[in-house]
Amino acid sequence: MNLDSISFYFFAALAVISAILVVTRRNAVHSAIFLVTALLATAGIFLQLHAEFLFIVQVILYVGGIMVLFIFVIMLVNLDVAARQMQFNRMWLVALSLTVALGAQVYMVFHYAHSGVMEALFRLPAAPAAALEPNAEAVGISLFTEYMLPFEVASVLLLVAMIGAVVMAKRKV
Amino acid sequence: MLSITHYLVLSLALFTIGVVGVVTRRNVIIILMSIELILNAVNINLVAFSRLFGSVGGQVFAIFIITDAAAEAAVGLGIIIAFFRNRETVLADEMDLLKW
Repeated sequence: MNLDSISFYFFAALAVISAILVVTRRNAVHSAIFLVTALLATAGIFLQLHAEFLFIVQVILYVGGIMVLFIFVIMLVNLDVAARQMQFNRMWLVALSLTVALGAQVYMVFHYAHSGVMEALFRLPAAPAAALEPNAEAVGISLFTEYMLPFEVASVLLLVAMIGAVVMAKRKV
Repeated sequence: MLSITHYLVLSLALFTIGVVGVVTRRNVIIILMSIELILNAVNINLVAFSRLFGSVGGQVFAIFIITDAAAEAAVGLGIIIAFFRNRETVLADEMDLLKW
């Protein structure tokens, strides 16, 4: 049990427990706080995978940006009424069957991984961490050469989302 | 020793919790939070395979997914505010204006 495994299991347990709490809490503010914990635990997984740039992006953008947006909206809409009403609809059977289907699919993948053509993929030794170092530089070079067009499309998407959000939240169009 | 399977199982767990949240919760804000959980599970997969193959493409796509999540959260929360202003509710099963 080396440090790598310990940090993975710690962050994985933190992420799963806080994700369950996000889905089950009655108060939306509590859900938002546990979502912060889950996102930070995911950031820890990224750091453990030697993706330092993505770790920083996750902390700044998700935990710093998107969560503030969520808290703002929770404060804007009056949730006192909603908190006293029934929190779950009667779709638990659908949810259960979806869970079983997803679990069965991944079990099939693992089952065939140890006997079929995918064995090579799962046995592949992990590339040395040095292949992705220095991380921010590697990601930046890839983003601005190989993935130039998707990068520009993403900027247009953000512009559209910004205009859309302003139009949606305006009182009178 | 850690293998890609560990990350796939973690990702599956987070994805499934998110799907259960989307299907069973009535509060639209918590449904949006569950969608964020689902997107995060996908990101874990992408970064784990990026590490496995020593290629940076997976991390670049994870950045694009984070961008999409930001856009989706902005527009989604804008819709929630607009809807709350008109109907005074945030419960998904009371949003039935288009239902005949």
